[in-house]
Amino acid sequence: MSRKAMTGNGAIALALKQAEPDVMSAYPITPQTEIAQNYAQFVADGAVKTEYIAVESEHSAMSAAIGSAAAGARTITATSSQGFALMWEMLFIAASLRLPITMPVITRALSGPINIHCDHSDSMGGRDCGWVQLYGEDAQEGYDNAIQAFRIAEHMDVRLPVMTMIDGFIISGAIGPLEVLQDDQVKQFVGPYEPIHPLLDIDNPVTVGAFDSLGGWYFEHKVTQNMAMDKAMSVIESVGREYGQLTGREYSHFKTHMIEDADIVLVAIGSAAGNVKTMVDRLRAGGVKVGMMKVRTFRPFPHLQVAGALAGARVIGVMDRSDSFGAQGGPLFTEIRSAMFEAPRRPQTFNFIYGLGGRDIFPDDIEGAVRLLEKAAAGEEISQKRYYLNVREVSLDGQA
Amino acid sequence: MSKKWKFSDIVKWGPGRHEPGATIPESGTAEQYETGGWRTERPIRDREKCNDCMICFFACPDSSIRVENGRLVDIDLKHCKGCGICAQVCPRDAIEMKNEIEARMEEGKKEEEKV
Amino acid sequence: MAKPKEIANRPERLTGGHRLCAGCGAPINVRQIMSVCPGPAVVSVATGCLEVSSTIYPYTAWKDSMIHSAFENAAATISGVETAFRALKKQGKISHDMYFVTFGGDGGTYDIGLQALSGAVERGHNFLYVCYDNGAYMNTGFQRSSATPCGAWTTTSPVGTESFGKTQNRKDLAEILVAHDIPYVATASPHNFKDLMNKAEKAFTTPGPAFINVISPCPRGWRTPGDQTIALAKEAVQSCYWPLYEVEHGKYKVNYKPRPERKTPVADWMKKQGRFAHLFKRPDGEKVLAEIQEYIDRKWQELLKKEECL
Repeated sequence: MSRKAMTGNGAIALALKQAEPDVMSAYPITPQTEIAQNYAQFVADGAVKTEYIAVESEHSAMSAAIGSAAAGARTITATSSQGFALMWEMLFIAASLRLPITMPVITRALSGPINIHCDHSDSMGGRDCGWVQLYGEDAQEGYDNAIQAFRIAEHMDVRLPVMTMIDGFIISGAIGPLEVLQDDQVKQFVGPYEPIHPLLDIDNPVTVGAFDSLGGWYFEHKVTQNMAMDKAMSVIESVGREYGQLTGREYSHFKTHMIEDADIVLVAIGSAAGNVKTMVDRLRAGGVKVGMMKVRTFRPFPHLQVAGALAGARVIGVMDRSDSFGAQGGPLFTEIRSAMFEAPRRPQTFNFIYGLGGRDIFPDDIEGAVRLLEKAAAGEEISQKRYYLNVREVSLDGQA
Repeated sequence: MSKKWKFSDIVKWGPGRHEPGATIPESGTAEQYETGGWRTERPIRDREKCNDCMICFFACPDSSIRVENGRLVDIDLKHCKGCGICAQVCPRDAIEMKNEIEARMEEGKKEEEKV
Repeated sequence: MAKPKEIANRPERLTGGHRLCAGCGAPINVRQIMSVCPGPAVVSVATGCLEVSSTIYPYTAWKDSMIHSAFENAAATISGVETAFRALKKQGKISHDMYFVTFGGDGGTYDIGLQALSGAVERGHNFLYVCYDNGAYMNTGFQRSSATPCGAWTTTSPVGTESFGKTQNRKDLAEILVAHDIPYVATASPHNFKDLMNKAEKAFTTPGPAFINVISPCPRGWRTPGDQTIALAKEAVQSCYWPLYEVEHGKYKVNYKPRPERKTPVADWMKKQGRFAHLFKRPDGEKVLAEIQEYIDRKWQELLKKEECL
């Protein structure tokens, strides 16, 4: 293991290089571009055996990845924002064909208006496309998740594509410290690739993507697909434990901090978890019984474990970096609230939407949220559930 | 993973019984599906007139002209949909399209005569 | 190319039991093309009649490996397959040779799949793309595509008091592929199976991307009897509506040149198809037919000039 200073994108490109898949198809998009171009350079330098397809769109990036994975090759791509949206159709197909493609997503706001900065509208929009979703807080987690993604995706009980998220610019473009494994350690951890029914097996020709309409088995196939997602739950944990043995950094579905005796718990996902942790420590020093949960696995959503971990909380504040128009709150909020519905002592839940289009979140914003949650914990009736942080002319008190 | 499917069983298969991704793990399984029932007309080939030129073979949409050793041996009625292209393209008028029901009745008669 | 009799002895690569309509042109084209494929293949098929009818789970008519993923991306999908093949071959994990072929209808090729096709041939993947052109979105029930001929009725270029059907001429797809400067581009017709198979064999054995546009009469969409499929393909060629030519490394060759007296009026061909029936009844029909003939003649002359010059 060595220590380096790298951007989030650099860290992920390095992880992919060390895993050295057979094929990468990629198309540039801010803020993912650095990954596409770094990897192209690795190929140009002969540093990897990977064949690189410089496709003409993200739709083709995912289509080519599907072709390659179905052919029997370990295959990756990477994207952000509009690229993710353009892949949309193919994301579902990659999952339903049970192809273990892995894809770092460098999260960025979706148009419109066009905005190149971070929020989770892209990946959260794709939360039901059948991919396993892992969110990282920083470059280290982005690197670690990108490596573990191969093992999770390719596990024979799972065989589902996996996307690993880091926050665009905030993490992808910022230089930070990174613990790096040796190349052979990564290769050994990832292991050899075992395709199922590869198209290139001339002794056993197969048909992939058959028509399965009314009178067919579409429903059975979709149920089977969700069974694989259920199985991914324990595979993510076992791979995370094994990775911990290798690196000292063990991963599970989420991490908690100061949660044991907390009345108030903030739940966050992505890079803002670091800010939240800092504020939890600061507020704890001031006597507030606050803790936090950082969610890593969003699909499959570990609702039972989450409900267990949050069982002691009286008030939960869920922080979403994307909105869900017309819903009761952001995607993380609706998951957490649903997970807590059957808790023996059902907590109050509040949603704080922040950071859309790369808007900063400040310590005061988080403190303001906690002060509001304190009131609820003290028994004050607060009917409003959804709040926006750091929006012009909108304060926490005056939101309707 | 590769195993021969029993088609009679598949109709009952629930979740988890199929291959991952709904892949069909064998090739050419459509051969087991009968499309001959679509026919309203049946091609009847006159062996005398036919010179095995293969024009009908290459023009058949349903892979139903059976060829062995360069000779047209017969027409695969399990799959032939009775489109009539073979009769239309034949330069020697060696294929005639016959009403399917009549053809079946004649077949039945022949069977009876045999018995 | 081997003799047709020898080719006919080879194992079938598209079985019977698929559920394309009786008299459909698509499987005729597929059978002819696959019969000259020199080795095992992976076939990618765009969403459309051919794909849905040949792979109704758990039945597949394909004897080679086949992949369908979506409508607009058959060329992108095969480029992934072909790249995987190169990657694994380079690593010594595969030793055999393989061929890669894509079939897309005109909707999946001229329209929604044009970008993926352009990208795949520009990148130089070693594959053959076959467009089976039946001149409309037949799988969804006869909607106009950019391959639909002028004057044709479709459900989205309907005939009415203000409309004689499709008002635009066809997109010249083969020329778009020629403009990509790929090693091999051809047009073909299933009535001339020797020519089509000869072209397919060339396309399979030419390194790099190859493209064949093949006419594929559709009895349902053209409103024609099922047994006329081959005859209609033939007349399309004789009228020069569908010229047979190939462009090898930029060099044009017209494979069939009817003597002027044998070049049939396109209206004769159109008259046999219900999709053009209105043109022979309405007052503006004659003018429209004359314009179509003029267009066909101009394109034909242009093609002959290209053969002379290039």
